[in-house]
Amino acid sequence: MIHSISLTVNGVRREIELNDPRVTLLDLLRERLHLTGTKKGCDRGQCGACTILVDGKRINSCLALAVSHDGAEIVTIEGIARGEQLHPVQAAFVACDGFQCGFCTPGQIMSAIGLMCEGQAGDDPERIREGMSGNLCRCGAYAGIVDAVLEAQASQTEAKQRRSA
Amino acid sequence: MKMFDYVKPATPAEAVAAAAQPGAAYLAAGTNLLDLMKGGVSRPDRLVDVSHLPGLDRIEYLPDGGVRIGTLVSNAGLAHDTEFAKSYPAVAEALLSGASAQLRNAATVGGNLLQRTRCAYFYDTASRCNKREAGSGCDARVGENRLHAVIGWSESCIATHPSDFCVPLVALDAVVEIEGKNGRRELPLDELHRLPGDAPERDTVLAPGDLIVAVRLPSAARSFAAHARYLKVRERTSYAFAVVSAAAALQIENGKITEARLALGGVAAKPWRARAAEQVLEGAAPDAASFREAAQVALADAKPSGDNAFKIELARRVIARALSLAAAGTPARMPALPASPFASSSGALHA
Repeated sequence: MIHSISLTVNGVRREIELNDPRVTLLDLLRERLHLTGTKKGCDRGQCGACTILVDGKRINSCLALAVSHDGAEIVTIEGIARGEQLHPVQAAFVACDGFQCGFCTPGQIMSAIGLMCEGQAGDDPERIREGMSGNLCRCGAYAGIVDAVLEAQASQTEAKQRRSA
Repeated sequence: MKMFDYVKPATPAEAVAAAAQPGAAYLAAGTNLLDLMKGGVSRPDRLVDVSHLPGLDRIEYLPDGGVRIGTLVSNAGLAHDTEFAKSYPAVAEALLSGASAQLRNAATVGGNLLQRTRCAYFYDTASRCNKREAGSGCDARVGENRLHAVIGWSESCIATHPSDFCVPLVALDAVVEIEGKNGRRELPLDELHRLPGDAPERDTVLAPGDLIVAVRLPSAARSFAAHARYLKVRERTSYAFAVVSAAAALQIENGKITEARLALGGVAAKPWRARAAEQVLEGAAPDAASFREAAQVALADAKPSGDNAFKIELARRVIARALSLAAAGTPARMPALPASPFASSSGALHA
């Protein structure tokens, strides 16, 4: 049986026919839409490498069936920069050495964007560490990752203050 | 993953009819089910997707002072609902101490209640497990079992229920609303999960097709808001299941405890309400001596199921500490590390 679904991926509406209901959002992004920025680490919801935003919220795309997400709005790592201009969180990861091998980085960045949207951590490093605990980094770049989130948070706060001033 | 039929019913009644068939399973977010299916632990023939059913994703504050939580509300959505977190702080703290932010954004209320044990032998299809395959035996009994049950276990199963959320819920007399083949009914949460006995393959008393549609907290549950905590000892600070956890909720007037609620997580196949310990606390002074006595009573029937005798003493200490934290008062803001014994908030009398 074919299941037809419609997704908005990085602002582009996609009509997709699934001939297998077992396809996860992760595999759909990578294998069907060739958006390979989203990484498959553990494929079991433990490492966070597959983190994407679905309807504005960060989730593990490896544990989400595509067929169940008809109508969803998805943002992946490919959808956050504006042309050559990096997203502020991407820029902060570069500035703060928030990675080494880079495999977990797309998931870290999408998770950090989700964290900042949730607005629970603010500029408290302990709350940032807790809020990012679903993203493992086997190179151990955690200190740089926390610095990057702090820097991105600070530049977001500054931008907001500039706008309201 | 085994192939399955995917169906997407439009109403709860259609869902119940579709899921009452043998081999069917409900799909909400799938954060536990898909993991189990990828490992071949769960092998449903049919998935009945309830994630889009209308009207089940609301938090309703009831005229009688209670709250009704739709089964599709996400763990994060509930924990961050300002009114909910203020009225039921131990429930919010338990939710935020579980899983990761990504999982909490997806995982639902009903799915949290019905998640399966994390016993490694249940997950390993090369092992014998009476819960996964009835009558096959239990390799946990003679294996790595330091994290297994110390209360209510049987020779056929020593697995624990992994939920944090259920622990304060059962302490606060939560009620589960169920839609089944014969219409709606409700059940105290304390009666939802089964102890293993000789049928550990049945986690709950639900019949095929039964769909949890909501969880309700009675009006009395919010009377504990000033003195309610969840404390969870785990093997790493974040993103880990409980070794032992406790939800403690008190009402204190004129230096005496007038009402007490206490439940344990990580010790049994169900969230464990410690009613005898509550009796000890009611009328007592909120001090270290009463908390220690309550802790003794709560674990009176505990016995190791393997290399886990330490969990009994750990549970006593977690209870005493959770009670002292609750007595000190609910913090104005959620701790940076929810439910962590390493949190920097003051008020703990170290047991």
